Amino acid sequence: MKFIDEYQDNKLAKGLAYKITQRSTKTVRLMEFCGGHTHAILRYGIRQLVPKTVEMKSGPGCPVCVTATADLDKAIALAHLPDVIITTFGDMIRVPGSYSSLQQAKAEGADIRIVYSTIDAVEIAKANPGKSVIFIGIGFETTAPTIAASILKAQKEKMENFHVLSLNKLTPPVMKALLDSGEVKLDGIVGPGHVSVIIGSHPYEFIPQDYGVACVISGFEPLDILLCIDKLVEQIEKGEPKVEIAYPRGVKPEGNRKAWQLMEDVFEIGEANWRGIGIVPRSGLKVKGKYEQFDADKAFSVSPKPPREPKGCRCGDVIRGAATPVECKLFRKVCTPERPVGPCMVSSEGACAAYYQYGTPENLQGF
Amino acid sequence: MDDSILLAHGSGGKLSHELVEKKFLPFLANPALNKLDDSAIFEASGRLAFTTDSHVVDPIFFPGGDIGKLAVCGTVNDLAMNGAKPLYLSLSVIIEEGFLLSEVERIVQSIKKAAEEAEVSIIAGDTKVVNRGQADKLFLTTSGVGIIPPGVDISGANARAGDKVLLSGTIGDHGIAIMSQREGLRFAMTLESDCAPLNKLVSQLLEVSSRIHCLRDPTRGGLATTLNELARQSKVGIAVEEARIPVKEEVKAACELLGLDPICVANEGKMVAIADAADADKILAQMGKNSYGRDAAIIGEVINEHPGKVVMKTKLGPSRIVDMLSGELLPRIC
Repeated sequence: MKFIDEYQDNKLAKGLAYKITQRSTKTVRLMEFCGGHTHAILRYGIRQLVPKTVEMKSGPGCPVCVTATADLDKAIALAHLPDVIITTFGDMIRVPGSYSSLQQAKAEGADIRIVYSTIDAVEIAKANPGKSVIFIGIGFETTAPTIAASILKAQKEKMENFHVLSLNKLTPPVMKALLDSGEVKLDGIVGPGHVSVIIGSHPYEFIPQDYGVACVISGFEPLDILLCIDKLVEQIEKGEPKVEIAYPRGVKPEGNRKAWQLMEDVFEIGEANWRGIGIVPRSGLKVKGKYEQFDADKAFSVSPKPPREPKGCRCGDVIRGAATPVECKLFRKVCTPERPVGPCMVSSEGACAAYYQYGTPENLQGF
Repeated sequence: MDDSILLAHGSGGKLSHELVEKKFLPFLANPALNKLDDSAIFEASGRLAFTTDSHVVDPIFFPGGDIGKLAVCGTVNDLAMNGAKPLYLSLSVIIEEGFLLSEVERIVQSIKKAAEEAEVSIIAGDTKVVNRGQADKLFLTTSGVGIIPPGVDISGANARAGDKVLLSGTIGDHGIAIMSQREGLRFAMTLESDCAPLNKLVSQLLEVSSRIHCLRDPTRGGLATTLNELARQSKVGIAVEEARIPVKEEVKAACELLGLDPICVANEGKMVAIADAADADKILAQMGKNSYGRDAAIIGEVINEHPGKVVMKTKLGPSRIVDMLSGELLPRIC
């Protein structure tokens, strides 16, 4: 493996930052959709490099964070069913639900296992024929194709004990919902890198066309992000918003057709419940009828108590870009990575975790 | 079929004796251990350092080492980080029923090799066997005693503003090597754990400088956690430069892929040294002469500002806070 240091080159970064400063005459407000971008921006100190005229907001692109409390409660209830093994990505288990968490359920005896890929969940099902294995399917268009592939694998191998609780979400519809709400006035969007590898750039065309907002797809290296900001500022200054790809080594305009087809074969589009945003029509992926035997929603019935949100937690506002983590009264005082109150402090893609972990020297005082 | 550990191996009876006599004593023999008394007796005078560490690594065999080597190096290094010359170790073994006897032997051989390299003797020990499922294969606990040479005063509380911060080599090798072998996350790499005893390197450094103030091995929690511990303990600020911190290409690549920060990834054969600036170059040169300090670098300095906190100048130029690792290192989802 060879890592490409060029994407972290100090001189090139300074050159790009200078270019942005030269170009930028008016204040612009940009939102980085992805939590991965938020982390990279804070980790490398990109906010300190770009001029004050460029304001950056964190968006909802954190799979763990956007999972609604009611859905998490359902996962916890499923974990308590007899002869069930819950498989999940690691961060999920620490997120507090209304009354418990998967971590708590595990300590109480539920069989909950962290996996790094859905195929591992299928393998666990194979090794435990007497148990039902439920995978908690979270994520965006990035994880959905692999979850689809795991369902197809389970079908091919005629497995009856593998199920998916499909909480997968789609990116463009929630962007539309955020823009429709008008709560946060945006001039440009740092478009998701990995999601766009799958869906390409075409699904974002409505952003400049209907809302006059610039959209540039970015990779996750610091130079990728600076290049993206430069292109966004250029578009906004010229008054010519459009969709651009600043991550051509990863993203093609048409996306990855094969991955798309996998998703289309297994899932159908339905509504999804987003933390902080609520029900967004046509923003979720549901398991299609022909694969319903693998759909945990069909195979199991649980009725958790009505959900309640943690008191004082502003994760919902943070997810919509309506508040920064430091504006939450609980941040750092009550809510820390060791004792998280909301998901944004748990996830390695959450905005609160990024602000907590990296901070900036200017706010060392409050740290 | 290979013979397995039975519950009877932990009964204290015949099989227990056989296990010790056939699988441990032949490799670890020394006069104090051979007596098989209830306690080992040894002579020592001066200031002694004493430490203990338990090892539950998964997988127990990994590229560049195994749990046995780790258990010896971990305790030897803990002693060395206070400037002590490690002398004696104890070894407690908890084995899960069904574990292969051949693997016990493999681990004990590795313990022998590591102990020989570090020039320490294992003079006391214990073995227990637990039911299948009550332990994960094999757990080791080592305790160690060492002697601190006269005049040596090394502590995490001794850093002073103006001191330089040195790092003995590349970071993250152990954590990434282990992760590359974990169930469900296997990826092919040539990377090996850096697991190594550092006591000789430490004594070589003490020969060239009497102004080494702190030594610490950045194990779990990585460099980030160690720097924070030292800043808090000494009530000073620490400023480091990301570009000066040595990281192997493979580790950088794996970390980018998984969304991890190398400064939070574990090491088992590296150390941070904080020393008077006047001696820093001399210490660096001496580190470079030892194979375990080949890639050593001066990565930053101790400052008066923001006591208890660590700031890092990122590769791109701006600075950010470096916090202790919290929770577990988990790969990103998206």
